[in-house]
Amino acid sequence: MIRHLLSTRDLSRTSAIALLDTAEDMAALGARENKKLPALRGKTIVNLFYEDSTRTRISFEVAQKRLSADVINFSARGSSVSKGESLKDTILTLRELGVDGVVIRHPSSGAPQLLAERDWIDVPVVNAGDGTHEHPTQALLDAFTLRKEVSGDDSRGRGLDGARVVIVGDVFHSRVARSNIWLLEHLGARVTVVAPATLIPSGAERWPITVSYDLDAALSEPVDAVMMLRVQSERMREAFFPNAHEYAQGWGLTEERFARLAPSTLIMHPGPMNRGLEICSAAADSSQSVILQQVANGVFVRMAVLYSILTGTSEVSHE
Amino acid sequence: MTANTVMQSADVARAVTRIAHEILESNRGSDNLVLLGIPTRGVTLAARIAAAIFEIDGATVPLGSLDVTMYRDDLHDNPMREPAPTTVPVDIDQATVVLVDDVLYSGRTVRAALDALTDLGRPDIVRLAVLIDRGHRELPIRADYVGKNLPSSPGERINVCFVETDDVDAVDIDRGGSS
Repeated sequence: MIRHLLSTRDLSRTSAIALLDTAEDMAALGARENKKLPALRGKTIVNLFYEDSTRTRISFEVAQKRLSADVINFSARGSSVSKGESLKDTILTLRELGVDGVVIRHPSSGAPQLLAERDWIDVPVVNAGDGTHEHPTQALLDAFTLRKEVSGDDSRGRGLDGARVVIVGDVFHSRVARSNIWLLEHLGARVTVVAPATLIPSGAERWPITVSYDLDAALSEPVDAVMMLRVQSERMREAFFPNAHEYAQGWGLTEERFARLAPSTLIMHPGPMNRGLEICSAAADSSQSVILQQVANGVFVRMAVLYSILTGTSEVSHE
Repeated sequence: MTANTVMQSADVARAVTRIAHEILESNRGSDNLVLLGIPTRGVTLAARIAAAIFEIDGATVPLGSLDVTMYRDDLHDNPMREPAPTTVPVDIDQATVVLVDDVLYSGRTVRAALDALTDLGRPDIVRLAVLIDRGHRELPIRADYVGKNLPSSPGERINVCFVETDDVDAVDIDRGGSS
């Protein structure tokens, strides 16, 4: 099994399916009265959040507590980081305090990789979102949600072969999109990315995707899932599109587009949603929307990830 | 490597039938019984016992699987184990649960199973059925129903094979050493 989870790009199809299958077992626990498992008893995990987060941080914390791990929550705000402490010094401090695993979210792409590669600390690292690079547990929970909807109870051991997924919106700033593109490729799905040309990063032509600038054209073919991305205004330091209204008309899942969508097409969004901008409320709250299932499944997938990388001897688990 | 077959298909079938009779005898029938197999081969064995009970008694006993991976005490000393599904078809509160596994050895799997069971409910009685008891217990645990006692040395491997998973019903003892 893998030692760290830094990106979905270096996750093999076999490892990815094994994680999704383990998540199925974790999901089965959700139904019972006592939801806790003793697997990570005595392990201390620190959630190192250098960026704001609601669902990812809480989801990781719930997953850790369900596995009986001890949890330390660290956010850059209100810590010595605001006094100028470097990532290295923070990590060295945590090492001396004796942590067994690090979950990190950082505004700089590659920060989790740095922790995994440097000799600052020798524990498994989980990327909970780094800059505009990757957000692997989000992609895993998206794949889990999709697989469950497509294959139902028969989903174990399966990929997403032949599934057609359209990813729409701010791909330029989206680590969710990057992680999804690689994972969906490993699992055999076909991905179309739709965005205004200004929000397609250079280099996208080397990704295993079809790029389109026309959402209506992309949605005119049968689609298993449409994944709306959040417009990341906080990362936009220049004008990527004229105004919100024009964006919604061109690339939002408006009521008109939602009405034309086949009833079997799933609507996904990693949250938090900008209602009225990339997605209308009618679509977000419809029965086709699996946005809340995504949140629920996030816990199961993160339990699977934490269980997989924090149990087992480290000598054997080095890939 | 030398492997000896210690039980053949007919021996396995006789042992399963005898265990089924013993379970029915000590439980005074099939009321309240739940069979929970420990994956992988314990589940197969539990299904065989359930079928044998049906043959004898005409009763369909609830049958499930109880994965113990997350409850093991050696999770951090071995390579990562992938968990298997747990399916418990009925409420086990006040039931008589028979745990079923293929081989009883150190007793650590059964200890983990008892913990897993506690998280699921509170049975009135928990019993243990195994096809092979090979000795070398490390915990104060014993089986209530045993297919065959097979004295072994720790260096040997006991392989239980079922048609469902291994194409044949047999129990082999692999003495290890040179080939």
